[in-house]
Amino acid sequence: MDCSHVFDFKVNRLIVVFTLFLALFSVTPSLYAQEDTLKTTSAAHAEPEAEKKFNIGKFALHHVADSHSWHVIGDYYIGLPVILYTQVGFVTFNSGDFLHDDEAKVVVERYGQRFVKMHEKIYYASATANEHGQYADLDEAHHVKNARPLDISITKNTCTLLLSIVVILAVFLKVANSYKKNAGKSPKGIQSWIEPIIIFVRDDIAKPNLGHKYERFMPYLLTVFFFIWFNNMLGLVPFLPGGANLTGNTAVTVVLALLTLILTVTNGNKYYWRHIFAPDVPWWLYIVLVPVEIIGIFTKPIALAIRLFANITAGHILGLALIGLVFVFNSIYVAPVSIAFALFINVIELLVAFIQAFIFTILSALFIGMAIEEHH
Amino acid sequence: MITGSIAAIGAGLAAIGAGMGIGKIGSSAMEGIARQPEAASKIQTAMLIAAAFVEAVALFAVVVALV
Repeated sequence: MDCSHVFDFKVNRLIVVFTLFLALFSVTPSLYAQEDTLKTTSAAHAEPEAEKKFNIGKFALHHVADSHSWHVIGDYYIGLPVILYTQVGFVTFNSGDFLHDDEAKVVVERYGQRFVKMHEKIYYASATANEHGQYADLDEAHHVKNARPLDISITKNTCTLLLSIVVILAVFLKVANSYKKNAGKSPKGIQSWIEPIIIFVRDDIAKPNLGHKYERFMPYLLTVFFFIWFNNMLGLVPFLPGGANLTGNTAVTVVLALLTLILTVTNGNKYYWRHIFAPDVPWWLYIVLVPVEIIGIFTKPIALAIRLFANITAGHILGLALIGLVFVFNSIYVAPVSIAFALFINVIELLVAFIQAFIFTILSALFIGMAIEEHH
Repeated sequence: MITGSIAAIGAGLAAIGAGMGIGKIGSSAMEGIARQPEAASKIQTAMLIAAAFVEAVALFAVVVALV
């Protein structure tokens, strides 16, 4: 098959830009671990027996959370840039400087300020270490009491976000160009893969819910659909370019839901607002109905955000828990069973990735459609 | 001795509820498709949306149980 047309100039340029961007982050093997970290690791091994037991919940939650470094394989991590806003301005360094410590045991000193990382959060380090060798003050519940700088680091999720932007731009610029080039002709290459999906969004999502004004909202619906779908799929890839839990991150889903809320509210016509503030019911029912309707404006996008977050995070946790069974039973004979189940769940998650993108888009269309509906 | 959290029981109850809900949706959709095979695609879409709503409730429970 001739695929040369896929790699045209614009796409190449995007890929080069992203490769250069990634090249800025150096791969830092933890073999560089110096003497002081060796000491701290030996101190960690001296901890009580219960601490060393494999904790499946902790393992799964650690892997669905955002991270300052990107795990490649074994002891290899890609250190991502840490950007902090402190009292003396911006401070940047490579997260590899923490030597993959996540227990506040390695102190990084920059511009006279000392930082530690504990559970993927960066704190100002304490002057002296506590009895566990941690440069942080902990309360009874093991929460860190130290102050935190404003952390705007490029984390694993941010990188995945940028990567997905590059992938989506590459695909859609290519498709848009081929529509220009062979207008009126049958689709070619990647265009013939994407066209049925665009038509699916138009005919099954936009038209039934938005009526004849659907064209205005097609750009938003298509963007949201492909953004969620591509990122769900990227999250299912277990090795390097994927693996981040971007659509299972509340910050991302809340922003997406907020966009739907803004579109709904700004496009709401007089029938929509009348339905909320002056519905056709006896006046004494307004005391109950109006607050309920006002709450309803906000619960719809909140439910959208939580649905996407919970579905994707639950899928990731399920896969990790099944793989984690091998370590819980500590036996190689569990591995075939758990891998078979994990594979099965991963295939179901491929379906869920599409369904969740579809559900988010169709509900967005439904809410916007309710706001622009002419009258009952 | 049994150890664990009550949250797990709550998550289990939510799973029972969601299972019943999705089972009902699936069986009704099957009946609908059997009676009117030509409407299969429309019924499937509606079924998926309804199933997603039920599933979302179960996942809210999981999130609450995790927190």
